[in-house]
This record gives sequence, C-alpha cells and structure tokens, in this order.
Amino acid sequence: MASIDIQNVKKAYGHVQVLHDIDLQIRDGEFVVLVGPSGCGKSTLLRMIAGLEGVTGGEMRIDGKRVNELHPKDRDIAMVFQSYALYPHMNVAGNMSYSLKLRKIAKEKIAAAVASAASKLGLDPLLDRRPKALSGGQRQRVAMGRAIVRQPKAFLFDEPLSNLDARLREQMRAEIKKMHGDLKATSIYVTHDQIEAMTLADRIVAMHGGVVQQVGAPLELYDRPANLFVAGFIGSPGMNFLEATYSGGSVTLKDGTVVALPVPLALADGAKVTVGIRPEHVVMGGEGTGMAASVDLVEPTGFGIILHLSLHGLAFKVFTLDRAALSAGPNVHVSFPAQHLHVFDEKGDRCAVASA
Amino acid sequence: MKTSLLPTIAHRLAILAYVIFALFPLYWLFKVSLTPNDLLYSEGVRMWPSRTTWEHYSFVLQHSAFPTFFKNSLIVSGSTAIIVTICASLSGYALSRFNFRAKYWIVGLMLLTQMFPLVMLVAPIFKILTPLGLTNSLTGLIVVYTAFNVPFATFLMQSFFDGIPKDLEEAAMIDGATKFTAFREIILPLTLPGIAATLGFVFTAAWSELLFALMLINGNNAATFPVGLLTFVSKFSVDFGQMMAAGVLALIPAALFFLLIQRYLVQGLTAGAVKG
Repeated sequence: MASIDIQNVKKAYGHVQVLHDIDLQIRDGEFVVLVGPSGCGKSTLLRMIAGLEGVTGGEMRIDGKRVNELHPKDRDIAMVFQSYALYPHMNVAGNMSYSLKLRKIAKEKIAAAVASAASKLGLDPLLDRRPKALSGGQRQRVAMGRAIVRQPKAFLFDEPLSNLDARLREQMRAEIKKMHGDLKATSIYVTHDQIEAMTLADRIVAMHGGVVQQVGAPLELYDRPANLFVAGFIGSPGMNFLEATYSGGSVTLKDGTVVALPVPLALADGAKVTVGIRPEHVVMGGEGTGMAASVDLVEPTGFGIILHLSLHGLAFKVFTLDRAALSAGPNVHVSFPAQHLHVFDEKGDRCAVASA
Repeated sequence: MKTSLLPTIAHRLAILAYVIFALFPLYWLFKVSLTPNDLLYSEGVRMWPSRTTWEHYSFVLQHSAFPTFFKNSLIVSGSTAIIVTICASLSGYALSRFNFRAKYWIVGLMLLTQMFPLVMLVAPIFKILTPLGLTNSLTGLIVVYTAFNVPFATFLMQSFFDGIPKDLEEAAMIDGATKFTAFREIILPLTLPGIAATLGFVFTAAWSELLFALMLINGNNAATFPVGLLTFVSKFSVDFGQMMAAGVLALIPAALFFLLIQRYLVQGLTAGAVKG
C-alpha cells in the first residue's frame, strides 16, 4: 500500500490544456473518488497516475518516489477499466493470473493467490470460463479479481460500474466498499455518478474543466459546497438556485421576500448573490406562509415525492417525504429555513462568514 | 410467424445460379483435363466426354517439369506470405496505435505505390535486380512480391488492430507487460483471423502472379507454375489436356490452404470491417 502525491500536475494536448495545476495528497489506505461531468479531466488524471498518459508538468509521486517517467508496468498499480478489458482468449483463471505470471511467480503461489481471490469474489465455479461466457456482473468481478490477486500499491477504478444495470451497480458498489474495508488499499475511483462518490469515498475530489473545485469528505461537500459547481453537482435532485441581493445579514429574493441569515457574511450591502437551497430543505406551508409557487409536475419516487414548481417563472424543485404533497393543489407555498441557505457571491464562490 | 415460400425459393435459386456461374470455369478445367486428346476436338461441345482418362495427369507428373514448378511456386508463395504477414503485422500495429511524425506521409506513400500499373515497373525492377544477381532466382521473386504486397497487407492488418480495444493493451501494461509483450501475448492472438486473412490474400496473389515471374525468370529451374503452364503452349499447338491437368493440380494447395484458414477467414473478413 502506498500514498500518492500529486503536485502541480498539468496535462496538455498540443495547445489544449486539459488539467490545470492539480494538487492532491492521497494518504495510505484512503479511498478517494474523483467526480465530475464528462470531459472534466478526471479520467485523464487517473490514467496519468497509472502511467498510461504522460505528465506535461508538475510531479507525481507514489510512496514518495517520483514516477513521472516510469512505465505503467513498473508502477505496481492495478486498474479496473470501464470496459473491464478482460483478455478474451484467456479464461477467468488466466485473466486473474496474468500479472503474476509476468512477474515470474511460482506456479503454486499463483494458484493459491487466484483461488483466494476467486473465493473472495464468488468466482470459484467460473475459473475455466472465457469472458465471452460471463454476464456483465461476473465480468466486473473478474476485473476486480485481476486487480486484487496482485496486492498492488494502489487500486485505480475508471468508472467500473457504469456498464451495469442499476440493481447490480448498487450491489457491486457495496462490495467495493466492503472490499476496501477488508484490504485497506489505497484506492482512486473515477465516476460521474455522485451517489457512488458519496457512498464510497473517504474524500471526494470534485473536478470541473480540468480544475479541482473542492476536496473534502462527502458530507462536507454536501453541506458546505465551495462553489456553485459543486453545489449543483452534488446531490440529487440538484440544488435550487435563486438570485438575490445581500444587505445587513439578510438576503432579499426577487419577489421581495427577506430571509435573515443565521450569521452575517463578509459581503458589502447591496451585493448580488446567488442563494441555493436543497430540495429536501424547502419547507412547504399553508396559505399565507412563504412564497406562492405553482406546481408543474409531481414525481412520486416511492421513497418520497419530487415536486417541480414554478417560482416566479423559475424552475424549482422540492423533495418531501410527506405523501400529502401528492394531492397538493395547483398552488403551494414554500419557505426557506435560513440555516439551510447557501450563499454564493457573483463569482460563484461560497461566501465567507464575516469575522466578528 | 409464417414466412412465405416463394421469396425463399427465389432467393435460393438466385444463389444457386450464382454458384453455378462462378464454378463453371473450374468444372470446365476439370472436364478438359479428363478428356482424351483424340476426343477434345472431335466431340464438339459436350458437358462430359464419352470416355475419360487420367493420362494427362500422369504425363504432367512424370514427364514434365511440373513438379519443379510446383515446388518453386510453393517456396515463393509460402515465403512471401509469411514475410509479408510478419512485416504487415508490425507496421499495421504501428499505424493503428502510435502517432509519429511523418505518419501521414508514410501512409500516403504506401497508397501511392498501389496506384501504378505493375507493367510500368517491370523494366526498372529488372534493371535493379540484374546487377544484384536476383533475376532468374526465387529469392528475387520473393523480394519483389513482398515489396508489392506489404502496403496493402499493412492496411488490412491495421484495420484488424483498429478493431481491438486499446484497453486490452493498457490492462496488460498495468499488469506488468512491456509494450511488446502486450502486443505478442494479448493483441496477436486476438488478431489471428486478420493474420489468416492476410496470409491467404498474399499467398493467392503470389501463387497466381504471372507478369513478374515471366519477366524475371527464364528457363525451367526457377519457373513458378503460372509460367510453367505456358510451356504447354508450343509454337504450333496448345496441349490443352496437360495444361488443364496441371491447372487442376495447381489448385490443390491453394484450396487446401484456404480450407486450413477458412475458420478464421470468414470471421476475419467481417470482424475487421464492422466490429468497433
């Protein structure tokens, strides 16, 4: 197991810079998830750690050793690909043992390592099958098995669950988390699925446009998003945003509603801000409370209900566990508890609390 | 669901008609090879002679230089096929996977070589090979055939390599393989259909090549069998029976070769083109 140190790493293809000064310290045994929309550079960063892409600038260290120029085979890292990349002409045992064979490890030792990994993943009855004869979930397991037989310094996962159906994805997600609990292996996991990110990560790295937007524990990103991008990306259904002006410790929404904030912010009076509130934090009340909004659409999810509202012509979502919302009339009233408001300045960054 | 009979029958009939059309020359070759000389011109056009004989075959095998031609052809075609396939595998892989300077120009140059009619090149090639002592030698033929077949075979192999996901090599490299080990142990086995298709293509091309064999070779010792077939044409007559018998015999190795690789070939010719 190892720590991974990424310092000022840049990546450019010709004149197109895809990663800007990435700084990231991954501790030994930590599970870090890189999350972001497609094209944000998360997969590129992972492939650079694996050695499949060159590093344009900066330095990358595994266990303190500079690896910028090291060939993937010498980095002692395992990777699970989105396509699984199983070798079609080898059976399951062959796929899992290939890396050990290349290291010229004794046959008995290889057999033992494969057997133990296979039993861990429930692959024992499939060892003689070719990948073609396996289901998606089984292939996924073999790809994981191929990674764990090696006991590498670190595991890299490149969207490993995105080819599975929803139920299997949930199951494998839990298995990966359990496996990490058992092996305590340094893991870097790339996904665009923020639920995977939230459930698996010790720390999440949210990326956008080749720049790290925020690094932190899952709930930290959820509760205190550093900017509008993270606020909008983490959470489903996504956060609602409203324009407002700040003055004297409270924000004034467009319709004149004033919400007093629990703490004053380091902002000048009259500053334009964006106010965010998560759908589950919106409070619905009766006539005369809060703001009036019209109901566009009601989506029962079984677990709860998502109401799509129109608030002064703005699309707005509310999530509630109260089934009474199903029979809500064409108009409802919503109000925003001040402690759940997120305030972002004109640049989109979270507003700092004014120092007392 | 009930499929209607008529279109099916029409479909099969059309296929049958095509197969008969395609195979008829082969049938005629075989028929003439079995027809005794005295019946060849006397019976007129018949689907099957009234009397058949194997004497042309025994003559060709025992009294002509045909076995030498045959051996020469086998050496030339076999060597050419193997050398071209090895070169094309390596260069096709490079074109498929690597980006390097002048790649565009190299591909363009290779395409350019395919544009000239071979007849134009006979004289210069003869001029080049003479001082090297490569005229009238099998080695010379192998060199020329290899040179002419490598570009096309390279494009063919490239399309097969393009069909193999890059992830596989990357997985192998992460598993601890060098680029070349990944190529040899992961990519090549998956390209077997492509290799078979290339082998078959080059082998038949070399097997039936006449122009260069005719120009670069004189005398029977280094003649390949297409040249040898012409020895049955004398000044005053054409010995059709023996020529056809030799032709049938020459078909055998080509047919055997394709029988051997057809399992990969059918899979290969479609896989390279369609699978992503």
